[in-house]
Order: sequence, then C-alpha cells, then structure tokens
Amino acid sequence: MRHLLSAGDLSYDEATQVLDTAKELSQLSGHSVKKFPTLRGRTVVNLFYEDSTRTRTSFELAAKRLSADVINFSAKGSSVSKGESLKDSALTLQAMGADGVVIRHSASGAAHRLATWVDGAVVNGGDGTHEHPTQALLDAFTIRERMGDLAGLRVTIVGDVLHSRVARSNVLLLHTLGAEVTLVAPPTLVPVSVHTWPCAVSYRIEDVLPKSDVVMMLRVQAERMKGEFFPTAREYSRRYGLDRERFARLPADAIVMHPGPMVRGMEISAEVADSPRSTVTEQVTNGLSVRMAVLYLLLGGSESAIGNQEAQG
Amino acid sequence: MCAKKRANGDESGGGDPPSRTEPEGSRAVLEGPEISRALTRIAHEVLERTKGGEGVILLGIPTRGVPLARRLAERIERVEDRHVPWGSLDITMYRDDLRLAPARALGRTEIPADGIHDSVVVLVDDVLFSGRSVRAALDALNDLGRPRAVQLATLVDRGHRQLPIRADYVGKNLPTSLREKVTVLLDELDDRDAVLVGPAKPRNVAEGDR
Repeated sequence: MRHLLSAGDLSYDEATQVLDTAKELSQLSGHSVKKFPTLRGRTVVNLFYEDSTRTRTSFELAAKRLSADVINFSAKGSSVSKGESLKDSALTLQAMGADGVVIRHSASGAAHRLATWVDGAVVNGGDGTHEHPTQALLDAFTIRERMGDLAGLRVTIVGDVLHSRVARSNVLLLHTLGAEVTLVAPPTLVPVSVHTWPCAVSYRIEDVLPKSDVVMMLRVQAERMKGEFFPTAREYSRRYGLDRERFARLPADAIVMHPGPMVRGMEISAEVADSPRSTVTEQVTNGLSVRMAVLYLLLGGSESAIGNQEAQG
Repeated sequence: MCAKKRANGDESGGGDPPSRTEPEGSRAVLEGPEISRALTRIAHEVLERTKGGEGVILLGIPTRGVPLARRLAERIERVEDRHVPWGSLDITMYRDDLRLAPARALGRTEIPADGIHDSVVVLVDDVLFSGRSVRAALDALNDLGRPRAVQLATLVDRGHRQLPIRADYVGKNLPTSLREKVTVLLDELDDRDAVLVGPAKPRNVAEGDR
C-alpha cells in the first residue's frame, strides 16, 4: 500500500496527476448529486491528535463526496485522552479494517511511523513542524488556476518558516513543479537546515516583493514556540507583515495566499486579506478538490497511483 | 471487458505517430467516407426520432465519443439549422472495474450550461461492446440531473453484450470474435478516420485491465 507522507515524495508526473484529477473533480459543484460512488464500501479514518477544523472537515467532506465511510478520531474525548499510545490506536484502526488513515499529529514524523504499523494508505494531514503535503498540493492547484503553468513562477513564502510544515511542503512541491521559491523570515525563524532546501532565503521582504508572482504569508505559530524569536508582535508585523504599502510593491498581477487561519493585523492586513488578489477562500474550496483527488488516487484503484511505495521506518 | 475496448482506443491514440499501413494482421473495415456517411445517417435518424431535435443534447464518452458527438452536432445543425448542444461525460468514477487496476486518470466532463434536466440526452460512444461503459454513463447521468429520455448512439456495435443494453443509433454492426479487437481512429486524435479490426494480442487482456 502506498501513502502520501511528504510533498517531496511526489514526482513531477504524480503531482501533475493529482492537480489534473483535482481539476476534473472541482466541477462536481455543477452536479445535482454532489457525490461520486467511487469509494463506496471503503473506510477512511481521520486520526486527529491536534486541533484542526479546516483540514479535518475538508478531508471528511472529501471522503464523503467519494462515498467512503468516514470515522473521526480526535485526541479529545477518545481513548487517547485515557493514555493510549499512537501505536495502540493504530492497531485498533487496523483491526477495524481502515482502508485509509488521515493523520494530524504534533510530532514530526508521526505519519511515517504510522505507515509502518497499518496496512491502509496513510495520508499526512500535518505532522508537527515537518510536512503538510495536501496543503502544498492545494496551494499549487490555486496558483495553477490563477496563473497557469507553475514553471518559472516566482513564489515568495514569508513568515514563520521554522515552525511551518506548510513552508517545507510547499518548497519541495513547488520546486518539483518548476517554480522558483524564496523564503523570507527573520533570521531567528529560518530553520538551520534551510541550505538543504531547494530555495533561496532573504531577510528583507522589500527586496523580494517586486520580483514575486505569488506571495504566501504564513501565520506566526505562537503555540509551537518554545522561546523568544522576535521582540514584539508589533515589531514582527512592521518588518514582515504584508500591509497596503508592501502590497503596492508587488507586480500588478501577483496574488497573495495564506494557508489559514489568518491573524489579521499581524502577518497580513485586513485590506490585503480581503483584496480580490487574495486567494484565501479559494484555497479552502480547492482543498476539497485536491483531497478528493488524493483519496481517489490512493484508494480508488487496486493499488495507489501516487505516493511512497514503502514508508521509511 | 469494456476496459479492453478503451485500452485499445488508448493504444491507437498513444505516442506512436499514426501510419497509413495497418498494424500487423488488422484490416480497415470502415474508412473516412463511410464513417462520414454513417454519421450523417445517424444525424438524420436522431432528428427523425426526436421530432426535429427538440431538447436534444449530445454527450460523448471520452475519449473517442467526444469528437463523434461534436461531429453529430455539426451535422444536425447543417441539416435542420438547429443548434444542438454537445459535451462530454467522463465515466471513470462510475466504472465497475476500478478495483481491478491502479487508479486511472480522469477524463473531462463538460455539460452544456443549461444542464440536462428535461432534455433528451444522446450518449455517443465509438464502440459498443460489453455495455459496461454505457451502464457507467447512465449512473453518471443520474448524478448530473434528470433527462426526459436517454438514447445511445455508437459508431460500431461489435456485439458480445454483458448487460441488457442496446443502441438506438448504430453506424455499423460489426460481428466480431472475442479474439479480435476493434480500434476506432478519428482525425481529431489520430490524424485519420478509420475502423480497424485485428487480432487481440494476448497481452491486451492484461492491458485492458489497466
């Protein structure tokens, strides 16, 4: 069984296949019955150890639109709060015969670990500060819808790169798809290993904005911070926030993205967030199509069309 | 087994440049002019059966049903001076053999803007074989809306039905053996109009299960 654990595992062809499939599935809204019978009789488990509304409901709806049976397992109010380990939860799911497991966990690498324990396909719905591949896929889909081909596009990712799984997944996937990615962050919020990533790094947002086709703003993930990374929120916002003045420096057709949830007035001003060039709500809509595509390609056939052949333990 | 028919169609549309020489052992049973005449006749029959084409929508089943639907729409327009909406209906998500092969790429579904409600949908496919594609298409239509009636047009009916399905309009009835394969080539995709009958290679069975 194959899995979707990292955006970096997808080849150009596989990533393109997901995006093409998502494009066809996005037309479902015109149907009188907004459902496909494709995954009838298959079971998808949403295993969420971290709070998430957007991602969990998106995966849940995606699975239901494909007629799969969906079980939601959240850490609160389940055996997990009674002290059950991830492995025991996984074996319980295994015993129930789950065909697919979507996992969100605060520990980086949790999805890889799970993939070695269960027979079903594992989809990484966000593991710690590591990866969030379906977010990267829906971002790529949104860029493609707005800008056409991704090859040669200049994508700038601004904000808390250190704690962001979205940034890593996006850098890997966008690089595969031929885009040029630049990370912009305070030096304290750039990961030590960033030189191994296929992207450029800058500390000054003003220099990069005029040369960007796409700007992706990241939320400052205060809940993951174990220390002081910048003096005050106000200073961060003044130096790295996307306000009206900085927005004006962008090329006229550039778009602004945000994976959500946004903190208005911190990394993005309300005016920019509500601009027609902001794709925030489109990203949510596209997330559904992309997750349907991923579930279809992993679970729809006799074997998966995408993803890792085997998990690395 | 309808997978086999599709796979054969895919094969002819594949990377190899089309050539005038037939693949080994196969012969052309229909050439361009005959295909053209058959489509013109079907266009007339559609107009007759639907009393002038009122409310007709032509939906081609990808891949080769789609150009056929477009050609039929053009012919009807020429004959009766009536615009007939046409589109495509992908059946991949409704196939009954999905579990027999890795997940397939999806084709395009494009339905005319006004939808199919209360219309007469004519499904258009290149080859009618087991009938399983048509069953999938009927299921897909059911999720799109509620047409007044559904009819089926096919360029070639090669027999060997596995379901109680028949075509309303047939370009050519082509009695075949299960050891043969039927390949439809269309100008839009293959730079040539022809219907070929040749021996099914043993590996085609495996390919058909793709």
